[in-house]
Amino acid sequence: MFELLGIPPQALFGQVLLGLINGSFYAILSLGLAVIFGLLNIINFAHGAQYMMGAFVAWMALNYLGLNYWFALVLAPIVVGAVGVVIERLLLKRISHLDHLYGLLLTFGLALIIQGLFRNQYGSSGLPYGIPPQLAGGQNLGFMFLPNYRAWVIVASLAVCLATWFLIEKTRLGAYLRAATENPTLTQAFGINVPLLVTLTYGFGVALAAFAGVLAAPVYSVNPNMGGDLIIVVFAVVVIGGMGSIMGAIVTGFALGLVEGLTKVFYPEASSTVIFVIMVLVLLVKPAGLFGRPA
Amino acid sequence: MAITEAARAPAGAAGAAPLLTVRGLEAWYGESHVLHGIDFDVAPGEVVTLLGRNGAGKTTTLKSIMGVIGKRKGSVALEGKETIDLPSRAIARLGIGFVPEERGIYSSLSVEENLMLPPKIREGGLSLERIFTLFPNLKERLRSQGTKLSGGEQQMLAIGRILRTGAHLLLLDEPTEGLAPVIIEQIGRTIAELKREGFTIILVEQNFRFAQTVADRHYVVEQGKVVDMIPNAELDANIDKLHRYLGV
Ligand SMILES: Nc1ncnc2c1ncn2[C@@H]1O[C@H](COP(=O)(O)OP(=O)(O)OP(=O)(O)O)[C@@H](O)[C@H]1O
Ligand SMILES: [Mg+2]
Repeated sequence: MFELLGIPPQALFGQVLLGLINGSFYAILSLGLAVIFGLLNIINFAHGAQYMMGAFVAWMALNYLGLNYWFALVLAPIVVGAVGVVIERLLLKRISHLDHLYGLLLTFGLALIIQGLFRNQYGSSGLPYGIPPQLAGGQNLGFMFLPNYRAWVIVASLAVCLATWFLIEKTRLGAYLRAATENPTLTQAFGINVPLLVTLTYGFGVALAAFAGVLAAPVYSVNPNMGGDLIIVVFAVVVIGGMGSIMGAIVTGFALGLVEGLTKVFYPEASSTVIFVIMVLVLLVKPAGLFGRPA
Repeated sequence: MAITEAARAPAGAAGAAPLLTVRGLEAWYGESHVLHGIDFDVAPGEVVTLLGRNGAGKTTTLKSIMGVIGKRKGSVALEGKETIDLPSRAIARLGIGFVPEERGIYSSLSVEENLMLPPKIREGGLSLERIFTLFPNLKERLRSQGTKLSGGEQQMLAIGRILRTGAHLLLLDEPTEGLAPVIIEQIGRTIAELKREGFTIILVEQNFRFAQTVADRHYVVEQGKVVDMIPNAELDANIDKLHRYLGV
């Protein structure tokens, strides 16, 4: 067995893989936050709770309705996205003219309520959710063992991120979205229904979080607290990448997952803080974030 | 100095029902009351200008017609349909195209995306080929970022993108502002050609020498009111009065 810098390759590549898995979740979640922030100017603190709801919808679909993972992957984003649409129409719309601090407080309160409801119903010890049989097992790559499900998480996340990027940057609907983000008044004066666009965008961002939740269900257990723990890191990722940049959110998400994984190998004591250290450094040097445009 | 009904009737289109009728239009920015009762008509196929000093309320008048202002009241009717309570997207869909004073080119969109952004609202818009014949510069720059264009090209883009949609009433806010004489000439030719095509145009202008080359009638706006109407043919005869209005 060869070694790299005194580290056995199994351990190194294992952590790289784990880093990429975490990075996948960072990327999808920060992407959703960036899309929502761009158009609604709201920092969606409920994002972690919505990710958790995605995992729970998958769990409930399986245990109450007998619908498997693949159904859940489609169903959960639709269901949770629809809840997002209702939240936008009933609550966020009413405070859209106020400072974005109000949106942050409102969504923070929502997150606490949603988590509380789930904790009340399902406890906080976590519910198991099995890996779909099609993706059980793994590949022996010689230098490491690659579980199929983990490879799938990375591939599916990348695909969803790139599809979202394409939708926003390359399609007509995306042009409407960018126009409404930049100048909503004028965009509306061209006959484009901006309020509808806002509602759908929030629903879409929330659906992304739910999709990530379903992907996460077999990796971690399904737990009411799963989003709350993750979302703090994701906010740091968004700050580092820069609010409102689509590609920035994706690249930063994967890169920071990787950095975190490598830190676990070389300096494990810092692995849970490295992202926050990077955040502080970036804020000092480039306050708008690595990919953000200064206001 | 209220204008008489006779003065209000369009010069070349006597008898035709007006396309746009504005009565007692008032508008506010927050607490500040800016329009105090604007009255004027525009007949189908006409080019009329709103002339007036800085801060008179010309831009606010266009914004109020378009519905992009906080609070407005009075009456704005397009082909007899009242629009004062409609949101701007519904007003646009009745067939009004807007070129704002600051041009409103999106920096996050390419020239092509800017051009294709406003949705088609009815039949009868110009084809892309026609738009490129009017503004050949745009065709070469389709891939550029919208705001990388020169000021003149941005103005062409701002006008070009509302010609596609089928809007038949165009609101142009100072399309010549800050542009070189050759570009102003090109825009003048374009407005004349659009008039021949049957477009109706409300043009806000500081430069009445330019306005004279394209307009049928001129409304003078002062402190949030229309205080006079001068048919284009009588502009030279009224030049002293106009100078007084504009303070030049
Ligand atoms: N966003 C705004 N908020 C508050 N007041 C405004 C705003 N925009 C314009 N005003 C005020 O409303 C009045 C009318 O302004 P408006 O822009 O309609 O004038 P204008 O005739 O278009 O002038 P200009 O020739 O300078 O473009 C002015 O007194 C101006 O200061
Ligand atoms: Mg103006």
